Amino acid sequence: MNLSRVHDAVQGWRYKAMADEKPIIELKGLGKVFQNKDNTVKALEDINLTINRGEIFGIIGLSGAGKSTLVRCINFLERPTSGKVYFDGVDLGTVGEKELLKVRRSMGMIFQQFNLLMQRTALQNICFPMEIAGIPKKEAVKRATQLLETVELSDKAKAYPAQLSGGQKQRIAIARALATNPKVLLCDEATSALDPTTTRSILSLLKEINVELGITVIVITHEMSVIEEICNRVAIIDQSRIAEIGEVEEVFVRPKSDIAKRLVFSGETHIETFVGESKCRIIFDGRTSFEPVIANMVLECKTPVNILFADTKDIDGKAFGQMIIQLPEDEAGKKRIFYYLESNHISYEEVK
Amino acid sequence: MWTETLIKMIGKGILETLYMVFLSSLIAYIIGIPVGILLVVTDKDGIAPHIILNKIFGVIVNLLRSVPFIILLIAVSPFTRALIGTTIGPTAVVVSLTIAAAPYIARLVESSLKEVDQGVIEAAQSMGASTKQIILKVLLPEAKPSLITGAAIAVTTILGYSAMSGFVGGGGLPDIAIRYGYYRYETDVMLVTVAILVVIVQVIQEIGTRWTRKSDKRIS
Repeated sequence: MNLSRVHDAVQGWRYKAMADEKPIIELKGLGKVFQNKDNTVKALEDINLTINRGEIFGIIGLSGAGKSTLVRCINFLERPTSGKVYFDGVDLGTVGEKELLKVRRSMGMIFQQFNLLMQRTALQNICFPMEIAGIPKKEAVKRATQLLETVELSDKAKAYPAQLSGGQKQRIAIARALATNPKVLLCDEATSALDPTTTRSILSLLKEINVELGITVIVITHEMSVIEEICNRVAIIDQSRIAEIGEVEEVFVRPKSDIAKRLVFSGETHIETFVGESKCRIIFDGRTSFEPVIANMVLECKTPVNILFADTKDIDGKAFGQMIIQLPEDEAGKKRIFYYLESNHISYEEVK
Repeated sequence: MWTETLIKMIGKGILETLYMVFLSSLIAYIIGIPVGILLVVTDKDGIAPHIILNKIFGVIVNLLRSVPFIILLIAVSPFTRALIGTTIGPTAVVVSLTIAAAPYIARLVESSLKEVDQGVIEAAQSMGASTKQIILKVLLPEAKPSLITGAAIAVTTILGYSAMSGFVGGGGLPDIAIRYGYYRYETDVMLVTVAILVVIVQVIQEIGTRWTRKSDKRIS
């Protein structure tokens, strides 16, 4: 018997995900052009993306970058004008209209504006996709009741969307998206209409869903904090193309593209006002966490530095982010600092 | 002058009016709802765009709507005769009322359905809902309060149209108002019929408003 199958039975989806090497979603040379009477708009160009089973994948970009179109190409709400979309190994471009409706049932979707049916109660909203899929009512109600428990809103079964808060609406929307046991959950700016506390609770719910149900989650957002909070990997979309793609940590620590730098160091524009004198950017990549880096450096080098800008975050006890310090005037002091940083394997670069 | 015959006649007039208005509203809705749905669904931003079909129905609706009712009333008389054998009486008026009201109702239905949030439709599409499912399970139920409001407007408008039926001997209250009040200068008969019409309009509007409020779950 295949070993992976044994694992599968015993240890659930994680091993299945590892054994099954076929990615859940693959985009190859994807492009989307909107044709108007008088102009053509290239919304997406040559997008190549592989999303693995069980991961939380982030797609970030400024508004108008094309990320919403991209997510709609994944479930073929928008038909790409070029390239291919593979879902679970199937080329969606070759699938018939009726089959496509079935494929969509294995991809749940949630939205910024929740998009609940206003004339239905919470429970009826969750039953809705099951009605569409032709699941018997009794069974649907049973599952919907369970899902209400999952999203911790059992007491709101009979409430109408108008009686719920934003966060509660999004929880109902999540429960609804999960109703047909999807393999993928597409989140289109799902937290953008929510306050920070609610955002956090929704994100942790998404993470829980990912871990416990093994559903691949694709998060579209314009907020780096969302990516940072839950994503494993991230693709940065800029001007209809993928500017950068990689592990979240990697992109955070060493953003390569301009757009990535802009998104990660959103406060950086300020430093341009510090004129003259040499500066140095120190990068915290999660390695040097419990160590007072700057203080030690000052003590060791016996040279004072001026912290001009700092944006560091603590993720799981690791420090991420960057700091910009003003270097001493004398060359010797400067050299001592560089030497200290190098010998302690701290990433840095000189900034003009 | 308030003879028993007159009172009986007004009573009959009320019944005839209600018969004309409600029967033609019913038939006009049977025609108007599918046409309204078709106009929304086949729109270029609709869920099943079909520009040609949309244009054809749009033009038909506009054509019928631009003919003044009093003209339509007379113009369709050959058709009415062919259909029911006569051009006078309440049933004959139902034919022309229906022809006039159906396109109007189609537009009312269209505007109600267009109020449904595009995002909700998209959500249904993302769940794999077919066009038919979206119409039956999203568009119509979500637009229900607006459709009811529209129905109250439609029925009162049809009641207004039916007033013109008096000129062609269509029966009902307006017929009485014109024959007695206008041709015979019996002002009080005219006033009574008008008062009754006012009451009918009020009742219809009130039912519509209350029903809308009761059915709309957006107001908590």
